[in-house]
Amino acid sequence: MPSVLINVPKKAKSGDVIEIKTLMSHIMETGYRHTTNGKVIPRDIITSFTCRFEGEEVFRADFFPATAANPFISFFTTASKSGKFDFEWIGDNGFSETGSANITVE
Amino acid sequence: MQGPPTSSRRRFLGLAGSTAVIGALPVAITVRPVEATPEMMATAIRAVTGGANVQTGKVKLDIPPLVENGNSVPMTVSVTSPMTPTDYVKSIHVFNEKNPQPNMGNFYLNPRTGRPQISTRVRLADSQKITAIAKLSDGSFWSTTADVVVTLAACTEEVI
Repeated sequence: MPSVLINVPKKAKSGDVIEIKTLMSHIMETGYRHTTNGKVIPRDIITSFTCRFEGEEVFRADFFPATAANPFISFFTTASKSGKFDFEWIGDNGFSETGSANITVE
Repeated sequence: MQGPPTSSRRRFLGLAGSTAVIGALPVAITVRPVEATPEMMATAIRAVTGGANVQTGKVKLDIPPLVENGNSVPMTVSVTSPMTPTDYVKSIHVFNEKNPQPNMGNFYLNPRTGRPQISTRVRLADSQKITAIAKLSDGSFWSTTADVVVTLAACTEEVI
């Protein structure tokens, strides 16, 4: 079971620009490495990350083998109302993980 | 728990063993990992811009100029934009010259993003130039480039 860290401010004022940080545990195997006897280690990476607020997309990213292991991403969004952020990571070999965080907007 | 001296001895024996196996093979094969070239980066950039003119400016790329370990390099890209519904950053794309493939990340924003700035951690296989391109809502492209010197490369090392 992969572990995930999601950092969303618990409270914000309406109109505030807030920072969201996420860290997902994943090997991000590039597919360009070899074992000592020359065998290629197959690629196993997370290819896409999406953040939605109450079902509406607020941020999306495509990852590549050039993304470091345990992909970290930080981005901003404007707080407008209280609600739930949903996060989704999709990757090779059927990898799919979700997470969520609530925010109270005053 | 094993102390460091024992584990390094093990590691040495393991290395010696695997070297012996390679040595026993009739033909030594050196696999040179594929490497992206500045041309591949230009092709990847064209795939994003569709051949549109890319102007220099507006984009800021924060990445350490000297990196000891290319396996995890912090990188921040920010763009100068008011982020209003009529004038905002649509996407940010980061490219490299010398990793096995030229793309480093695509990030899609919208007017509600508020501040057009993203941070992530990347891998660098060699000392090279990194280019960040931002696509604005009016269809224009802006870019910046940073040079990075990498001491220990990532991506292609052998696994023991």
